[in-house]
Amino acid sequence: MARLLYCHCAYAQVVPPSVKGEVLRRLAEAGVEFDAVPDLCELSARRDPQLIALAAEEGLRIAACYPRAVRWLFAAAGAPLPEANVEVINMRVESAESVASRMLAAADGEGSP
Amino acid sequence: MSAPFASPTLRVILADGSAPLPAEVRAALVAGLLGRGYRVSYVRDTAIDGARVCLLPADGSSMTEHSVPIEGLDVDAIVARVDALRAACSLPAPGGWKPWFPVIDYSRCTNCMQCLSFCLFDVYGVSPEGKIQVQNQSNCKTDCPACSRVCPEVAILFPKYRYGPINGDEIDPEDLRREAMKVDISALLGGDIYQALRDRSARAKSRFARERDDQRALKERQKCLQQLRRDLDLPPEVLAALPTPEEMRARAESAMARARAATAHPEAAPPPVSEP
Repeated sequence: MARLLYCHCAYAQVVPPSVKGEVLRRLAEAGVEFDAVPDLCELSARRDPQLIALAAEEGLRIAACYPRAVRWLFAAAGAPLPEANVEVINMRVESAESVASRMLAAADGEGSP
Repeated sequence: MSAPFASPTLRVILADGSAPLPAEVRAALVAGLLGRGYRVSYVRDTAIDGARVCLLPADGSSMTEHSVPIEGLDVDAIVARVDALRAACSLPAPGGWKPWFPVIDYSRCTNCMQCLSFCLFDVYGVSPEGKIQVQNQSNCKTDCPACSRVCPEVAILFPKYRYGPINGDEIDPEDLRREAMKVDISALLGGDIYQALRDRSARAKSRFARERDDQRALKERQKCLQQLRRDLDLPPEVLAALPTPEEMRARAESAMARARAATAHPEAAPPPVSEP
């Protein structure tokens, strides 16, 4: 089963509020275990040690923004993501339905990254 | 890299036990806690009765834990209870600042040091190994992506920027061509943007000395700054925060010396110039 991480991108409107709101609602209402952070950029800027623990999670699936940005945000915090077995789903360009479905499929063990 | 904001994001464990929260309450609660700046980990644990929230301020070296039952409370009351836990632990309020800073894509970076030479706010520095790095994030001017504009490899990201590829979007050949055109601002100015600005300033001084026309001088300066602002997508605040010409010259020379030293002899990179 994948570990789910959701970024709320709290300090900018670059992720459409309707998309992130709906993805969060779907995750929370599904009753699956997940982590939600206010802002991955903030954690990276603080070099928050929680990112190291998250990066070490098996089968991490992240709902955030562009994969290149997310990977280098983790790296900047001294918590590089592994090359394999991690998937970043982009809420800036994908629909809420698509993001939520892919996240929840991972929680069900389908299509592991 | 410095850590300008020392306290880590506070983590709230939302544990649903044998009688889980209603789905809509759970969703609203997670949203409410995120809105207050907490990280939320939702877990299922049938060993506990009802539902609880635990506050985990993790700083890597110590961890304290506080847990309270939340059954029967509405969302606002639960968030208030978490805030009270935080206050009781003398923990700082989370959030409250916009994380705007450059992130280097080292798979593209060639260590050319253009960003170090360009940035007037000492955001960049050189590691002991001679590698460019972001050292003073908090010096970065919110919404200013100018350093990414001068990066010839599109290796500098601002994840909260509006447009690709600076926001982390994949890079295509058209992006590279477009970014190269912007980089050529520097080339158009003679390869050294600061030298060009100095030359321009000297020419303007000479001309204004002849013409004794302060209004014209002001117009010329404003025109030049507006052009720079458009080309680099600078927010007005950045122009307002620019150092004096003397400080700018000193910083640019210091940065270029560090860049030259780092690329020639990595171990010999001199320390950055201190803040005035």
